Amino acid sequence: MWDYFKLIALALITLLAAIAANYARDPAYMVNALTVMLAAGGVFLWSVRRVGEPKAATPQNEYFDGVVRAGVIATSLWGVVGFLVGVIIAFQLAFPVLNWEWAQGFTNFGRLRPLHTSAVIFAFGGNALIATSFYVVQRTSAARLWGGNLGWFVFWGYQLFIVLAATGYVLGATQSKEYAEPEWYVDWWLTIVWLSYLAVFLGTIIKRREPHIYVANWFYLGFIITVAMLHVFNNLSIPVSIFGSKSVQVFSGVQDAMVQWWYGHNAVGFFLTAGFLGMMYYFVPKQAERPVYSYKLSIIHFWALIFLYIWAGPHHLHYTALPDWAATLGMVFSIMLWMPSWGGMINGLMTLSGAWDKLRTDPVIRMMVVSIGFYGMSTFEGPMMSIKAVNSLSHYTDWTIGHVHSGALGWNGMITFGALYYMTPKLWNRAGLYSLKLVSWHFWLATIGIVLYASAMWVSGIMEGLMWREVDSNGFLVNAFADTVVAKHPMLVVRGIGGLMFLTGGIIMCYNLWMTVRAQPEQASDNAFVPAE
Amino acid sequence: MEQYSILRQFADSWMLIVLTLVFVGVIVWVFRPGSRKSQDQTAKSIFQNEDKPAPEESDPSKEDQK
Repeated sequence: MWDYFKLIALALITLLAAIAANYARDPAYMVNALTVMLAAGGVFLWSVRRVGEPKAATPQNEYFDGVVRAGVIATSLWGVVGFLVGVIIAFQLAFPVLNWEWAQGFTNFGRLRPLHTSAVIFAFGGNALIATSFYVVQRTSAARLWGGNLGWFVFWGYQLFIVLAATGYVLGATQSKEYAEPEWYVDWWLTIVWLSYLAVFLGTIIKRREPHIYVANWFYLGFIITVAMLHVFNNLSIPVSIFGSKSVQVFSGVQDAMVQWWYGHNAVGFFLTAGFLGMMYYFVPKQAERPVYSYKLSIIHFWALIFLYIWAGPHHLHYTALPDWAATLGMVFSIMLWMPSWGGMINGLMTLSGAWDKLRTDPVIRMMVVSIGFYGMSTFEGPMMSIKAVNSLSHYTDWTIGHVHSGALGWNGMITFGALYYMTPKLWNRAGLYSLKLVSWHFWLATIGIVLYASAMWVSGIMEGLMWREVDSNGFLVNAFADTVVAKHPMLVVRGIGGLMFLTGGIIMCYNLWMTVRAQPEQASDNAFVPAE
Repeated sequence: MEQYSILRQFADSWMLIVLTLVFVGVIVWVFRPGSRKSQDQTAKSIFQNEDKPAPEESDPSKEDQK
């Protein structure tokens, strides 16, 4: 019965998408409608060929790892795509001629920039979060993932969201909200997928066979719930036409700006921090083979982060139409965030106490330690930049971009790489990674790449800020905007090279993970992951 | 009073007190006497059930006593 219902629904979606493509008012909408039509039609054909086939019973005594394996593959591939687009736009800024004339309106910086940010944050980071959360919640709950094939729906639904958003950006569909660019129908789709994700995750926690909910799950759950709330409120918009991608925001003016940065900063705080801290609290203790340094501290870390982060958004709107008190509130809460952030960093690093020797032999744990180090550094830098006096220098300069990347490449990237290196041999039942030497290569390429990136942006950003505010004895501005653009050219090139190194590291990782699955012998049982030396 | 002022006044008085008390409550709860045992147990729980879910018959309430 359910099968027939599903087939009818899929056929209807295919038909409606075809009609929508026919009436489309803009190319982005048409391409998205055709994508939906092909996706729904493909699933329809796939299902109709399997009608009547006996269903394999779901083995309740096994973990549902198929979706995690798919997530590992998606994370690695989207990661490389996102880094590649990042390298391209970095060189477009250094050498504007790379905004090719023949591809204007499709591959110029303005179109590719949201493609890069969404690819790395949502495609790479989001897939990493979904895959690791499914991996961690099953093992810490000692229960199979709840909801059966709903897990697959979350995975494929999320990939569809990524493809719709990405093709929309290139063709010009955007609601011009940073990190929330996808238009209304893509937002609606993501809401459905995200609530399914919440159901799967929460369902697994509810049916757990462990007395306690491990702290990593608290972080993952906080991330899923908060992102659902942020996403819905920041995307309250009214479509201009049911057959067009354009929509109009419900809020306007400074209210809209405040809602956007309440969303934007908590996308950093919950998507890129809380979720990835969930990873840290599981994979670092596992790789170090020691329990977390202080479980008490981890609980306080969680609640302090939750209580403080949500108020920090206004620091993105210093010296704007936003009331002064709101900006000050955002600044104060940002500074208070120093404490939970550094408490968490210390907790992660001290988990290695007594096992520091592993740093010499195990490049995977080296990656995790560097990632925690970057977490500490970028969560020190962020609150500092939120102070109004510092912000008046740093805002709108490359310093902000450097800060974001030391967090995103250093913290999110490195902890994800660590988790991928940890999970892959286990998920495919292999004795160990194909090559630890390649992990070392990845580690050094990525680390040196980030250092080049961040330091180039510090120099460039502070220089820009100082040049913009320089006035002569009569009070006239000394530098034109174009002067700063000329002055920072060398730094932009260094930044591009740093990004290129990070991308190379990512490609090496993909090769290494591929060869781990392909060339390593299968293992009978995988009790402990011992690095081959 | 206009809506903005009412909400503003509520936020920086009663709501602030409630949130602060909840947070202080969490800290007290974390340091409550006897919490160490269950916390240690939870911290070590990640080293079990690596390959497959716990068997059906295991009852969460019994695991507490181990």
